[in-house]
Amino acid sequence: MRYCNSALADGCVGGFAAVTDSPIRLSDVTVAYDRHPAVHHLSGWFAPGSMTAITGPNGAGKSTLVKALMRQLPIAEGHIDLGGLGLRDLGYLPQAAEIDRSFPLTVADTVMLGAWHQTGAFRGITAGIAMKARKALSAVGLEGFERRHIGSLSAGQFQRILFARLLLQDAKVLLLDEPFTAIDARTTRDLMDVLLRWHRDGRTIIAVLHDFEQVRAHFPQTLLIAREPIGWGPTASVMTAQNLLKARAMAENWDEAAQVCASPHENAA
Amino acid sequence: MSLHEFLIAPFVEYGFMRRALVACFCLGLGSGPVGVLLMLRRMSLVGDSLSHAVLPGAAIGFLFAGFSLTAMGVGGLIAGLAVAILSGIVSRTTSLREDASFATFYLTSLAAGVLIVSLRGSSRDLLHVLFGTILAIDAPALYLVASIASLTLLILAIVYRPLIVECFDPGFLRAVGGHGSLHHLNFLFLVVLNLVAGFQALGTLMAVGLMMLPAAIARLWTHTAPAMFVVAALTAAVAGFVGLIASFHLGYASGPCIILTASLFYGVSLLAAPSGAVRRLFPRPHLTG
Repeated sequence: MRYCNSALADGCVGGFAAVTDSPIRLSDVTVAYDRHPAVHHLSGWFAPGSMTAITGPNGAGKSTLVKALMRQLPIAEGHIDLGGLGLRDLGYLPQAAEIDRSFPLTVADTVMLGAWHQTGAFRGITAGIAMKARKALSAVGLEGFERRHIGSLSAGQFQRILFARLLLQDAKVLLLDEPFTAIDARTTRDLMDVLLRWHRDGRTIIAVLHDFEQVRAHFPQTLLIAREPIGWGPTASVMTAQNLLKARAMAENWDEAAQVCASPHENAA
Repeated sequence: MSLHEFLIAPFVEYGFMRRALVACFCLGLGSGPVGVLLMLRRMSLVGDSLSHAVLPGAAIGFLFAGFSLTAMGVGGLIAGLAVAILSGIVSRTTSLREDASFATFYLTSLAAGVLIVSLRGSSRDLLHVLFGTILAIDAPALYLVASIASLTLLILAIVYRPLIVECFDPGFLRAVGGHGSLHHLNFLFLVVLNLVAGFQALGTLMAVGLMMLPAAIARLWTHTAPAMFVVAALTAAVAGFVGLIASFHLGYASGPCIILTASLFYGVSLLAAPSGAVRRLFPRPHLTG
């Protein structure tokens, strides 16, 4: 069996029927702010176990798309089918997390929040969860930081903590919105290793990224959008000079005099 | 005058002093932790607006039942909850942020409350409502304050984790489906409940004093939430004791004495706490690594 990632992509992606989960399928999805579309008529799917970079210029609707996948934004038109997955199967790292970093919490407490689906609001932390948290911390290179207060961490260390929390969440699908912004090269490399390990585990990874080099080096699949979808498929066939030029040409401002969008499929084509 | 006469005798000799002291301890136990959470949620001023919002309810209770602490307490609870819920709805459905919608509702509420009290009562009654009568607390009122403190600690123990996560990282709680707004509402309920308890003792305007001053003091001295709860509750209790003693011997109004004692503790903390002025003026040498 072969997965064809998008109606837009010329080539199809090699995939194997061994993967039993259904893909995350987007059918003609439009997400709008105040009726102006931020993601316009997007169709395609994320195959189970695939590793996709979402890239494009600022204001292209990348974060909007990820939020819509997390059901945090209403969809104006179309449909997202998570393929039988629930919210608890999705691990989400938002772009500018509304995290209060001066909050009096220890690193261990923060990481162990990742076990929310086992502990819920009321159940206790088991020895097993504490052990997993320690392992997750050493996996992101922060061994022995358990008792530290999060207020004393640098931005890079804090991002590592959030990755450790995601490790504990043990989600089938990981949605990361610009996970490496304002992070130094070494931390980026370490965290990219974590991503690649997740990929080898067979988890689905969807990451919003700006760095084209990073996308080309590590991500087999790419979705290039500039409000309108430009390409979705194998990275090499999407990240062409022609497509990138097309993406850059996107008008950042919306059209105040825009008409009601009547014939959706013409736009998507 | 011996130390016993000075510190203990007033409470041995006078029942109203004993009741006032126990009321202070209860208020500290309930309001202290609630204040810490308000501060951690950056909602310190919301506590203040809610305390004003309690007034019209208390005033309506006063209209119907005269100067009955129970009637005024129930009225205050209803009015405070109404403002909390309305503000929540407005901030979620319009472009107004929660602090703006709280401000609009509490101003309406305060004006309505003062109008209602002035319709029937004397200005003396108005003073009682605004500034409380901790020395007039009777046994039923004391039971109410104690019950509110117990209920607060119980509920806080149950919803502790989601409440903390909702303060720390609301996006995460949303992503894992943790019902953040439910816990937020639950918490606002606790705030109003504790303000009603405090309002009997300190009046609508100063009830929030035993909530926020101990919380600010706790934040200056400690670094973990549980430690802050303990420090805040203890500070409130000690401020109550010292304030009552001071008001007894000096003959000043007891409510303001209690709050001013807490303010005094706060001032000392500003200077002496680890992050305070003294440490900045005389820094310790830095370490090697």
